[in-house]
Amino acid sequence: MRAAMARKPRMLRVIGALLWKDLLSELRGRALLAALVVFALLTVVVFNYALDLERTVRASVGAGVLWVTIVFTATLALNRVFAAEREHALHEGLLLAPVERLAIYFGKLLSGFLFVLLVAVVVVPVFALLYDLPVARPLNLAVLLLGTLGYLLPGTLLAALAAHARAREVLLPVLLFPVAMPVILSAVRASQEVLAGSAWVRIAPAFNLLVASDIIFLALAVLLFDQLVDA
Amino acid sequence: MIDVRGVEQSYAGKPVLRGVDLQVAAGEFVALFGANGAGKTTLLRMLATLARPARGRVVLGGFDLAVDPQALRAVVGFVGHHTMLYPELTAFENLQFYASLYGVEPARARCDALLEQVGLQRQRAERVRYFSRGMQQRLAIARAILHSPRVLLLDEPHSGLDQIAAAQLDALLHAEAASGRSVLLVTHDVQRGIALADRVLGLDRGRVVLERAAGAVSATELAELYAGGNGA
Amino acid sequence: MQRNVGLQILSVGSGLLLLAALYLVFVYAPLEAVMGAVQRVFYFHVAAGWVGALAFLVAFVAGLLHLRRGSLLADRVALCSSEIGLVFISMNIVSGAIWARPIWNTWWTWDPRLTTATISWLLYAAYLLLRQGIEDPQRRGRFAAVYGVIAFASVPLTFAAIRIFRSIHPVVIGAGAPGAKGSFDMTPAMRDTLLFSLLAFTVLYGALLWHRLRLERLSERVAQLRLRILQA
Repeated sequence: MRAAMARKPRMLRVIGALLWKDLLSELRGRALLAALVVFALLTVVVFNYALDLERTVRASVGAGVLWVTIVFTATLALNRVFAAEREHALHEGLLLAPVERLAIYFGKLLSGFLFVLLVAVVVVPVFALLYDLPVARPLNLAVLLLGTLGYLLPGTLLAALAAHARAREVLLPVLLFPVAMPVILSAVRASQEVLAGSAWVRIAPAFNLLVASDIIFLALAVLLFDQLVDA
Repeated sequence: MIDVRGVEQSYAGKPVLRGVDLQVAAGEFVALFGANGAGKTTLLRMLATLARPARGRVVLGGFDLAVDPQALRAVVGFVGHHTMLYPELTAFENLQFYASLYGVEPARARCDALLEQVGLQRQRAERVRYFSRGMQQRLAIARAILHSPRVLLLDEPHSGLDQIAAAQLDALLHAEAASGRSVLLVTHDVQRGIALADRVLGLDRGRVVLERAAGAVSATELAELYAGGNGA
Repeated sequence: MQRNVGLQILSVGSGLLLLAALYLVFVYAPLEAVMGAVQRVFYFHVAAGWVGALAFLVAFVAGLLHLRRGSLLADRVALCSSEIGLVFISMNIVSGAIWARPIWNTWWTWDPRLTTATISWLLYAAYLLLRQGIEDPQRRGRFAAVYGVIAFASVPLTFAAIRIFRSIHPVVIGAGAPGAKGSFDMTPAMRDTLLFSLLAFTVLYGALLWHRLRLERLSERVAQLRLRILQA
């Protein structure tokens, strides 16, 4: 038997492997994605009836509906991404390996991001149709990406943290919503302005704050994730 | 190869390990016995870097857990209560995934060789969710020795296996020990442990209380070991 | 149990300071011309908000210390200070609502300060829930500290985010927004009353923290003793 050399693998390759594994499992199991899409569509439709959408307020209310949908979907995805691993103690398989703990964080972050994006690809066009809003504006797409990322950055960290606690499925949103408040608020605000066709001066404060929040949560995750791993 | 000194650990305020010393030489096969709650699993998980010792030193393959845990991880293979296999991935994909975590090169050749070795070459492209418990356990062993670790840690690998599957696993473990790996096996199955091991250790309430060559251990000693745990 | 003289002095001292502060608020401070008696809520409202913020700051620093050094005392301080902060923020929010009813004509508005106080309340309530959900004390301390750091960092961001919407909260100290409703100019007597209230509340915070820390230490000791009896 030839001895295989165990080199220290590069971080990007590990992140890629984690992403590939999550995606493949998901596409074969189809447990999560289909449910998420249906759930997100339901949210969009229910709000359509729950709120009286006049032309004048459609941009501001619509942006809120869009973000509530994304936040709910992302929370479910986070819970699921971590719960699936726990069922077979698969997270321990990751921790056993000589990989940077941060690579595991980024792998999970990107998996969650990819799942939410896949759902968004279906749901956002439907939303645009039902609410008659110009969601495809490049700036709005940038807000969608940055906002989703901004929610998942602390979300992934807190999901790893809640995974060890009792009642973790309920605990995650309780922990995450108040922390992610700046991201949600600035993303909603930025979307409102973009959808209403405002000039950049009116969009800029919320947009810049969104970028700043993303950077701060990224820095915190990089600094703190090691603390969540036992050894 | 394994050098553990004065390791202490507690969980939720309860002491689990109270000063464990343990040495395993290169190529040696050691079986670890003990009643439920003696601390066997905790000790093994600590060696596998899944738990931190509150006190004491853990050195595996020359690497200190407190100093260089990453280097230590690279020389340890671990089979725990769970197989740590992804049910939706095939046998080959599972190995391939772990190969990239461990940086094993060339991955394809190594994964194929291992599937051959554990007798799963025919099921290479089948999803693990359809595997029997015995097949999953053999694949879990393949996963654990993928990166040719110098130390192999096994926690009750025979649990849930039928006679035939257990015998297949025994043959596999024999071959592993013969190839120069140090093996530490935690088991309830005293007969099997004695048959496989060179040396036998007994753990009781967080301390090593028994140490014998596998041939020299008596039935009375073992009975006492398990009775001691029940009395706690 | 030995008597703790320092703690007794601090407890009695904070009680006397509070009585004096009550005298200043209701007798010494002049009646505000426009708002009338309800303005007297202001002194304790600000003092409670200040102690809430101070308590969260202390919890944050203690959390960082715990992550750095693994100090158990720091973890205890983080827990106790968060609890006290939660109580004082609640007082701040409720007293604010009592004042807002006649002045703003509503119990509640989604103003930056109000919303930030509410989000802080939610954050530290979540912090305490998290602590309850984790059994192992080492992990509990570490995870809680991580959450404490993230929570503390997100509060100013939340404040900035809500600022993008308009504010009607008066800024009595420093320059206020021109549209603020319920603003007033402080007379020297009012200023002195406010400063004294801040002092009294800060001393009260110190006394409460000390009591709470002592209680925590005692309850840990009880848990240890219970364990020892169970294991004997």
